[in-house]
Amino acid sequence: MPALAENNKIQVFTSMEEAPKNVSTKKVVYDTKDLNLWYGDDHALKNINLSIYENEVTAIIGPSGCGKSTYIKTLNRMVELIPVVRISGEILYRERNILERTYKVEDLRTKVGMVFQKPNPFPKSIYENVAYGPKIHGIRDKKTLDEIVEKSLKGAAIWDEVKDRLNENAYGLSGGQQQRLCIARALAIEPDVILMDEPTSALDPISTLKVEELVQELKKDFSIIIVTHNMQQAARISDKTAFFLSGEVVEFAQTDKIFSNPSDKRTEDYITGRFG
Amino acid sequence: MMVVREKFEEELNQLQHKLIELGNLASNALTNSLVALENGDIELALKIMEDDARVNIIEEEINDFAILLIAKQSPVAVDLRRIIVAIKIANDIERIADFAVNIAKSAIRIGKEPLVKPIEHIKHMHRLTLQMLSLSLEAFGEEDLTKAKKIAEMDDEVDDLYGQTIRDLLHLNATQPNQSSQITQLLFICRYLERAADHTTNIAENVFYLVKGKRYDLNN
Repeated sequence: MPALAENNKIQVFTSMEEAPKNVSTKKVVYDTKDLNLWYGDDHALKNINLSIYENEVTAIIGPSGCGKSTYIKTLNRMVELIPVVRISGEILYRERNILERTYKVEDLRTKVGMVFQKPNPFPKSIYENVAYGPKIHGIRDKKTLDEIVEKSLKGAAIWDEVKDRLNENAYGLSGGQQQRLCIARALAIEPDVILMDEPTSALDPISTLKVEELVQELKKDFSIIIVTHNMQQAARISDKTAFFLSGEVVEFAQTDKIFSNPSDKRTEDYITGRFG
Repeated sequence: MMVVREKFEEELNQLQHKLIELGNLASNALTNSLVALENGDIELALKIMEDDARVNIIEEEINDFAILLIAKQSPVAVDLRRIIVAIKIANDIERIADFAVNIAKSAIRIGKEPLVKPIEHIKHMHRLTLQMLSLSLEAFGEEDLTKAKKIAEMDDEVDDLYGQTIRDLLHLNATQPNQSSQITQLLFICRYLERAADHTTNIAENVFYLVKGKRYDLNN
């Protein structure tokens, strides 16, 4: 869709100087309001207010321990698996607060896929890895499953490499292929959002670039939130960037602005490698 | 705050020192060009032309070094601006040195013949341009916007002097047509000085861009 891509570009240029919240005409996917999170006594997230827009890539950067992984794990409520966690505030996903007790986590996770730092395919065939999610959601028809598997593998830009060996074990794939398989697995449930927690930190440079290109493709259909330690990666692939430090959002703006002329001295010091 | 990019910091400093060195060479050339004119010193004029090779070499070194820094260090934000601005300022300084060479060539053409009239206005323009060059280099080195802004004011003064001097020389040309060859050279020299001053204004604009991350037009 070249027309849409062009529109996006115009928007990026015209809104460079302004806070993204006030200028975007896109719909908000996630609206985080006054989010606080504690691990026991440790105040890990402090008054987070962030709006994530659809069909954009939002990068979250910051030094180790700044809360960026914690934040992304609150977005699909994975963080509540940790017993000592306490949370206050709101995370609205498509205008509903996912932190409400009545919100079913299963519903959330069919809409929000996640890709982790290290590829973690199931010890099953390539086909079964992708078909697993749809099967759990009740799809049994072989033809439908075949279609989903092909579409997902194509969507993750790995189809051509695996189409002749779908029944082989996924562990036989290279690290980069395994990670793209995991992305295909996330796509198979037709999510709305894909969370990526340092998805390329265990990959070689070529595999990294393939995943980065894939992210650019995927944002046409999905909203993507990516935690990354690689600042050049954030600069290359994201539309907006949030800089986290000590559990706070120091700056959240257009990526072009963050990497050319950030407003906050701490952001400047971090992205230019003066600390961290 | 811990500095973790000491080598990069050191390299950025090296880049800045090279630029100051380039600026000093251009400043010397510009100083000497008027001495050569006033004294009809052809040897000095020839030396200015010869020394210009060194200016060109240093400008190339700055460009190569800047490209290497971008390739190796992936600079962003103010670091990136520092490097880009260094490339642009080096280009402006190189042009200023070229104008000094042009003045030296005019000095050779005029040779030892006495000047048609006292060249007070030209000397004044020359003095201002030299001050602007030195101020622009200070503004860059110290990232001092007050100094950068001062250059814009001085450029207005140079422009006024330029207008006056051109009028004077054209008038003289009408009354002393047998001197038109020398007067033409003096007109050129005025133009060279006015252009050199404009290049120092470019340097000042780049200092603004370096510090503020936005473009400013100091000529308006």
